Amino acid sequence: MRRVRKRMNGTGRGAHMRGSGTEVKATVAPGVRLGGVSFVWRPWVALVTLVLAAGAFLLFCLSISIGDFPIGLSQVIATLFGRGEQVDEFVIMDLRMPRALAGLVVGIALGVSGALTQSIARNPLASPDILGITQGASAVAVFLITVSGGAAAAVVSSVGLSAAALAGGLGTGLLVYFLAWRRGIDGFRLILIGISASAMMEAITTWLLVKADIKDVARAQVWLVGSLDNRSWDEVWIALWGTLGLLVVVACVAFQFKPLHFGDDVAAGLGVRFGVVRAVLLLCAVLLAAVAVSAAGPVPFVALVAPQVAMRLARCPTPPLVASGMVGALLLIGSDLIARTALPITVPVGVVTAVIGGPFLVYLLVRANLK
Amino acid sequence: MVAQYITEIESGVADASRLTAKGVSVGYGARTVIDDLDVAIPPGVITTIIGPNGCGKSTLLRTLSRLLKPTKGSVVLDGDDIAKLRTKDVAKKLGLLPQAPVAPEGLTVSDLVARGRHPHQSWLRQWSSDDAAVVERALAMTGVADLADRPVDSLSGGQRQRVWISMTLAQGTDLLLLDEPTTYLDLAHAVDVLDLVDDLHESGCAVVMVLHDLNLATRYSDNLIVMREGAILAQGHPRDVMTAELLEEAFGLRAKVIDDPVGDRPLIVPIGRTHVSLD
Repeated sequence: MRRVRKRMNGTGRGAHMRGSGTEVKATVAPGVRLGGVSFVWRPWVALVTLVLAAGAFLLFCLSISIGDFPIGLSQVIATLFGRGEQVDEFVIMDLRMPRALAGLVVGIALGVSGALTQSIARNPLASPDILGITQGASAVAVFLITVSGGAAAAVVSSVGLSAAALAGGLGTGLLVYFLAWRRGIDGFRLILIGISASAMMEAITTWLLVKADIKDVARAQVWLVGSLDNRSWDEVWIALWGTLGLLVVVACVAFQFKPLHFGDDVAAGLGVRFGVVRAVLLLCAVLLAAVAVSAAGPVPFVALVAPQVAMRLARCPTPPLVASGMVGALLLIGSDLIARTALPITVPVGVVTAVIGGPFLVYLLVRANLK
Repeated sequence: MVAQYITEIESGVADASRLTAKGVSVGYGARTVIDDLDVAIPPGVITTIIGPNGCGKSTLLRTLSRLLKPTKGSVVLDGDDIAKLRTKDVAKKLGLLPQAPVAPEGLTVSDLVARGRHPHQSWLRQWSSDDAAVVERALAMTGVADLADRPVDSLSGGQRQRVWISMTLAQGTDLLLLDEPTTYLDLAHAVDVLDLVDDLHESGCAVVMVLHDLNLATRYSDNLIVMREGAILAQGHPRDVMTAELLEEAFGLRAKVIDDPVGDRPLIVPIGRTHVSLD
């Protein structure tokens, strides 16, 4: 009988791989150790995130500095660190701080929320304003403004309105999640159900507005555009602590989240309980969006645009969470500054983000269609 | 043939096996795909599951890799019920490559392979020098080290499959489960990937895979599991298992099994209807 070699060495395409002397040394990302903590060191991502954070802080200070009574940037920063003058302190802390802080917090919340939903759905179109979360929050808020009537509206303080929007966003988010659930979550199904849910919620909002008293409609309309005007400290505190708490949860789970970008099966193979991780993070995303809407109204497009911009700046294949939050804050405070100063009339921030975000959505759709 | 296989299990082959299924039934919703199946994966060899479409090949592989939970029976890994182990601990012993995995657009080869270290990492220890060394070794072993900085989506199908196998390898397990590693690959690339699988086997890994191509399965495996309608029809060395009768029984395929002109394994020549000059 013919002798058959078990292995044919040195032939075929695979021959180079058993280290025949010309082995190529792979470039693997370097690691960093700080005490007991070690992580991958990506200088570019770190640099971009730092620059974005500095930019967000600068715009935050600018937002406080600019107004009918201009305050120099140096005084703003001095006051922020507790070494300002009495007059400045009143204008800064009582009048302007809530607006600037709301912009910062809402921007971060929207950016992170969008990064999470886009990662979970593995689709750049999946943002809270497309998944119906924003519209759900709006519908409930408008219900409270219009149905409770003028007298009750005074009783239902802005805090009550925030709570109602929060509940509406959370409810719609959970509804969409369970409707889209079929032995797992598929990104495309999530988006389709989200779009129908947001259409339904918008219809409810429109119906409420048609039925309502004209004075309430005016108030509802202002709320519906998304605005940082007249934020009170009460509203800002809720948004601030809510966002901080949620970000802590996200930070704890984020490490388990990385393999999910490769799909459920690969993640499961790598030992990730993907069902639990995804449910927790999606819940965080829904809550972050709902907190943002409850504080500033349904500011459109920030959650959609911020993660995509952050991805391109940081040159990451998936939306980077921290950088997305920073871009969100930059976008929101920046848009608010434009809305307040650059335009002949003062418009709500939502108008500006829509003007920036609309074309970006078109760009994403065109790019998706080209593939 | 089934009887022969059962006596093999009873005579102690199962004892040496690290991965066994005992009386497992698996299904999707109300539909049962596999009913009361026993199988033992022999250590240190390449085992290939073959069978007609819809016979439960992938279902069996997914059950063995704990992706599917059996409704009855259990999968045992190194003496423990796999369903009772922490999924992260399973991932340290058993690497899995699912069918046609997709990486995010723009992700580099080295970042993808680095993700294979996930089971060995924690929130505080996200990357160590051990991880880097293992990843470098995995990249070199699969011949993709020179592609380390390229985006995965810019590679050819065969290269991409090598990269995914590299990720599974970076998990540092000596038990690899591959679900149709040659899907969408032309024959040359399929042979290339299977040569790689053979390299892994030579370096000490036990491999379980699902393949469609019967001749490649016969050539590359030491142990064939032939399935039909959710049950195992035959199991054993290709030389013992691969016969014309079996192909007729399992696939309803008329074929001739001849000696491989370039190897010592059987070669399947399907007969079909046209251009055939048989009596």
